[in-house]
Amino acid sequence: MISFLLNDKAVHIDATQADTTLLNYLRDERNLCGTKEGCASGDCGACTVVVAKANEQGSALEYQALNSCVTFLSAVQGKQLLTVEHLADGETLHPVQAAMVDAHGSQCGFCTPGFVMSMFALYQQDSAPNREQVNVALGGNLCRCTGYRPIIDAALASCTGTPQDKFSQHQAATIAKLNALPNSDAGLDTLFMPTNRNELAATIKATPTARLFAGSTDIALEVTQQLKSLPTLVSLTQVKELQVVEETSSGLKIGAAVPFSKMEALLLKHFPSLHELLDRFASTPIRNQATLGGNVANASPIGDMPPALLALNAVIKVDNGTTRRDIAISDFFTGYRQTRLQNDEWIEAIFIPYLKPNAQVRAYKISKRQEDDISAVCAVFNLALDENSKVLQLKSGFGGVAATPASVDALSDAIKGKDWSKISTFELGKKVLSESFTPLDDVRASAEYRQALLVNLFKRFWLQTNQQSQQIETRVHAYE
Amino acid sequence: MRKLIEQPFTSNPQGKVGKSHPHESAIRQVSGQARYVDDMPQPANLQYAAVGTSPEASGTLNSIDLTAVWASPGVTDVITVDDVPGHVDIAPVFDGDPIFAQDQVLFNGQALFAVLADSVQHARQAALKAIIDITPSAPCLTVETAKQQSNFVRPAHFMQQGDFDTAFGRSELNAQGHLSIGGQEHMYLEGQVSMAINDEEDRVLVYTSSQHPSEVQKLIAEVLGCKLHKVVVDMRRMGGGFGGKETQAAQWACIAALLAKRNQCAVKLRLPRMQDMIATGKRHPFENSYQVGFNQEGLIKAADIDINGNCGHSPDLSDAIVDRAMFHCDNGYYLENVNVAGHRCRTNQVSHTAYRGFGGPQGMIVAEAMMDAIARKVGKDPLTVRKLNLYGDKERNLTPYGMTVEHNLLGDLIARLEASSDYWARREAITQFNKTSPIVKKGLSLTPVKFGISFTAKHLNQAGALLHIYTDGSMQINHGGTEMGQGLHTKIGQIVANEFGVSLHDVEVTATRTDKVPNTSPTAASSGTDLNGKAAQNACIIVKQRLAEFYAETINESELTADKVIFADNYVTLGPHSVEFVRLVQDAYIGRVSLSSTGFYKTPKIHYDRSTGNGRPFFYFAYGASVSEVSIDTLTGEYKVERVDILHDVGRSLNPAIDIGQIEGGFIQGMGWLTTEDLKWDDRGRLISNNPATYKIPAIGDTPEVFNVDLYPRDNDEDSIYHSKAVGEPPFMLANSVWCAIKDAISSLTDYKVDPQLPAPATPEAVLKCIMSIDPDATRSEPS
Ligand SMILES: Cc1cc2nc3c(=O)[nH]c(=O)nc-3n(C[C@H](O)[C@H](O)[C@H](O)COP(=O)(O)OP(=O)(O)OC[C@H]3O[C@@H](n4cnc5c(N)ncnc54)[C@H](O)[C@@H]3O)c2cc1C
Ligand code: FES
Ligand code: FES
Repeated sequence: MISFLLNDKAVHIDATQADTTLLNYLRDERNLCGTKEGCASGDCGACTVVVAKANEQGSALEYQALNSCVTFLSAVQGKQLLTVEHLADGETLHPVQAAMVDAHGSQCGFCTPGFVMSMFALYQQDSAPNREQVNVALGGNLCRCTGYRPIIDAALASCTGTPQDKFSQHQAATIAKLNALPNSDAGLDTLFMPTNRNELAATIKATPTARLFAGSTDIALEVTQQLKSLPTLVSLTQVKELQVVEETSSGLKIGAAVPFSKMEALLLKHFPSLHELLDRFASTPIRNQATLGGNVANASPIGDMPPALLALNAVIKVDNGTTRRDIAISDFFTGYRQTRLQNDEWIEAIFIPYLKPNAQVRAYKISKRQEDDISAVCAVFNLALDENSKVLQLKSGFGGVAATPASVDALSDAIKGKDWSKISTFELGKKVLSESFTPLDDVRASAEYRQALLVNLFKRFWLQTNQQSQQIETRVHAYE
Repeated sequence: MRKLIEQPFTSNPQGKVGKSHPHESAIRQVSGQARYVDDMPQPANLQYAAVGTSPEASGTLNSIDLTAVWASPGVTDVITVDDVPGHVDIAPVFDGDPIFAQDQVLFNGQALFAVLADSVQHARQAALKAIIDITPSAPCLTVETAKQQSNFVRPAHFMQQGDFDTAFGRSELNAQGHLSIGGQEHMYLEGQVSMAINDEEDRVLVYTSSQHPSEVQKLIAEVLGCKLHKVVVDMRRMGGGFGGKETQAAQWACIAALLAKRNQCAVKLRLPRMQDMIATGKRHPFENSYQVGFNQEGLIKAADIDINGNCGHSPDLSDAIVDRAMFHCDNGYYLENVNVAGHRCRTNQVSHTAYRGFGGPQGMIVAEAMMDAIARKVGKDPLTVRKLNLYGDKERNLTPYGMTVEHNLLGDLIARLEASSDYWARREAITQFNKTSPIVKKGLSLTPVKFGISFTAKHLNQAGALLHIYTDGSMQINHGGTEMGQGLHTKIGQIVANEFGVSLHDVEVTATRTDKVPNTSPTAASSGTDLNGKAAQNACIIVKQRLAEFYAETINESELTADKVIFADNYVTLGPHSVEFVRLVQDAYIGRVSLSSTGFYKTPKIHYDRSTGNGRPFFYFAYGASVSEVSIDTLTGEYKVERVDILHDVGRSLNPAIDIGQIEGGFIQGMGWLTTEDLKWDDRGRLISNNPATYKIPAIGDTPEVFNVDLYPRDNDEDSIYHSKAVGEPPFMLANSVWCAIKDAISSLTDYKVDPQLPAPATPEAVLKCIMSIDPDATRSEPS
């Protein structure tokens, strides 16, 4: 059984297809048609809903926007699912709705419920966001009509600090209702929700054809875009071992099923240079679902985290319920969307060793659009110099240039011991890089562009990490 | 003839004409109550359709084996072209658009058959199971190939003024260029959708997301082999249209209607996003070139412009679209000696269609490219060259198609924008910045817009409306225009409220329906308010006249005649007498006065003779100008639009907030077209940018941080509705300044000597390629 609050009513689902998306459930089974389908692929935000759950202390509700089109029902177990129909308080619009009306934020109105829900989630963050933060919160919502200016105005006007709405007033009552929901035996006959490694191992053994998923932001597309049926599914999000985030003495260990939005801050604390990659990873609602484990297991050559993990010497921690093993990220990807994972194994966590003092890291992503786009090329560099500015090591990771995410050890070898400030060192590295890959042409970029980017991003890195050239402006978009 | 009562503009504060009243559906939209076709309560016997399409771009269709489709779970019916009882061709103007492919397939994604099933998923899954036997032939995929093969969907059209050859020969300087201009996916957030309900006997009722309900009605009747009066089409609102639902919504409505009739049930057909992108037409890609002769000052003496639209496999609206590209290749500039040729190239792509601007943007950008090219040649700021070449007031005011440009606002409008945007000081600052910044370069550009308002097909410039006043004084207005977000219904409501001097919530604008107002034109060409506003006003005037006469009779004082009756503030006044509006309505009802009327309007003054390429195709022009500042990264080609200033002419604004919304939205959409929106087909003619993950429209962060939009304060000189101007399309082309500013930034690498040949869209990749082509060393600069 899957139990949750649908707006303010408890709902219990006993049986339905495992691969039913939240969007189809709302529209087809509940007749809640305020939530729209614009793409069914997580790209437009028309389907945005908000999920609320109690914080760890059980003292307050945390609100998150999700793309209901790429979410399965297990994601709302034990939570409150809020849709646009429920925001108004009787005849009185919610402050974010009223602000959208006042700012003329809707034209055709088809994107509007999604924007309202993303804005509602922002409203609940108890902050007064600036324009940049508004952009981040609404970056997963597309509007083809307005040009966004009035929507930005509405968000700035309505999200001004401590929430004062019916949701804040009813918070305690809602938490009580959530606590009253049954939580044992969560799941359906075909949608398993194991809670620890033993249960997970047993589930995999019993249903070997079932597919694992965490945030479902990749796997759901097989259903909505390729029209596949996924008759049996195993959710990893309740498995407690996969939810651990730990600052060990030597590095950061991130549970495979922790969504990006929950571990971003810690990741950035230790690896601040990943800011651009994390900021530009999909969109807020996708980051509320998507996991590092999913990004690695998906093994896409254009995934954004594998290049970073390669440059940072990460270790993939793998489990099958009885045996745990560590696989160096550099050994993990074996071919196009192929990994070293055995059939009965899963990723438990990703371990990233802390940086050496003085390490200089930069991560770059190039795509047509800044927000919510997939990399044409992703490049991450991790440089260690000695006190005389001689290169000790240059670790690298690249996406979009080969069948797998890849690093170029030859780059490090070629310039080891060389003076980093010399243009000749750059030229040496450039030569190696320009011979390392034969990238492909595809819809996102031509082979030539990718080739040019490899070299030019190396150039950018060289300029940014060189004393003499640090005055030079190298970026048109600011990420820090 | 009776003298009709005219209502002065904004005499009634409650009517809110000229005020920023919110969109009529705003509250419903923000609370999820606004219903789109897919949200309508489902009829009990509803079934779901899906379409199977061609995997090849061209070839002979030998057979479609549907055995597995029929056997697929939930399937109840499958139809092909053989099952169409009436017309097979659903083309809007000229033949060429079969509802399902016949013996030849013409593009990848062409509909071959449709499936009916008990759920959306079942129908879509079944549609993938056909075994399709096609003998492929080599597809024609580019304008270049089409021209080589003389493969055109319609004959070429030419316009000419003066004597190009002589003037070009005498020009002191000249320049030439070629421009590859990409198409554009509409990406309306609500995809194509229709629901057909089999009505009693032989009737059918169709809910559709269409800009042209009357055409949908006609095509359904033809496909079914019945007459138009058996078909009703209802259209409350679209989740965006932008031209993509002008002709190309009809096919899905027709298929739904066919299946509904055959199966005596209700049928919904909604295209999944990817299929929507593959199977419906886009903005036409163009390949244009020019030759221009000018003097040392940069004044154009002669221009030869060759315009080539990639129309896809059939004419659709391409004739008018290529014409409009031709009508706008002068933009605001006088071309004394000019030849314009427009070719309509046939390719094996989906049939490209209307899209905001309707070819205008693809023509206008040639004019702006010429200005930049001239500026680099004569060493002047492009703005100086633009101003020099503007149409004159009394002379130098004839367009290449023989229309006199009257009431030209561009000179003053540009001067104001130049000042308010601080153009010259910023130019200076940017030049300085570029000297000291080796990697990041800035660019600035001011470009004008002059856009012709009217359908170039004269007969479409007509509209009807239907007004009902009920006995409590509330009223319903219905008209032929469709609401797609542009605020048409809001403006119509304001007009009606203003006419009667009543408050806006006593006026309800109802769903567009072919049984209320017949034989309507598409809501397109920015004409929605101009045409339907006047028609609605006409209906109001007729009923007001009746009420006024009735009131004058009741008062019965000889000098107090009907024409002195005033409708204001919920009262009707005649001399010293006045009565509450609702009272008069009730009295009139008792007095057996009709409280309902149709209204009609046709645009005056317009004519165009295609055989000579001469006439006045436009009632008036709408003007505007924008200044954009960008930064580009010469290492990666990435860029950022830093600041945009716009001054735009909407005549006397009926609703400033809605007009500004159209300007901002149009600008950002135009910017998308010129920057990140990159349509790509593979060498087999398959669209590969076929979803929003691979086709990137502007997102919220693309809206410039500084975005100043102002309305130019001047009434329309022509007698349009309250002297307002159309606003749907013209602002789209304000985005040309973004493209020109990127070129300006690239040109700085050559100290503004070279005019970079930048295609559209200027993706980061295209920008870097352009940089490398003009200055291969640009990215090798040493750290200073
Ligand atoms: C709109 C949109 C934008 C996106 N943008 C980006 C982007 O900018 N950059 C980027 O890199 N990606 C992007 N993605 C892809 C996706 O969000 C990421 O790859 C994400 O990290 C996947 O995580 P998940 O938990 O959602 O994976 P899921 O979909 O749950 O799973 C993906 C795959 O990994 C397997 N898997 C998941 N967890 C485990 C585990 N612990 N052990 C073993 N196997 C596992 C699943 O079986 C499945 O095959 C985007 C996706 C969408 C829909
Ligand atoms: S429908 Fe577009 S993101 Fe879900
Ligand atoms: S209002 Fe139409 S898509 Fe946003």
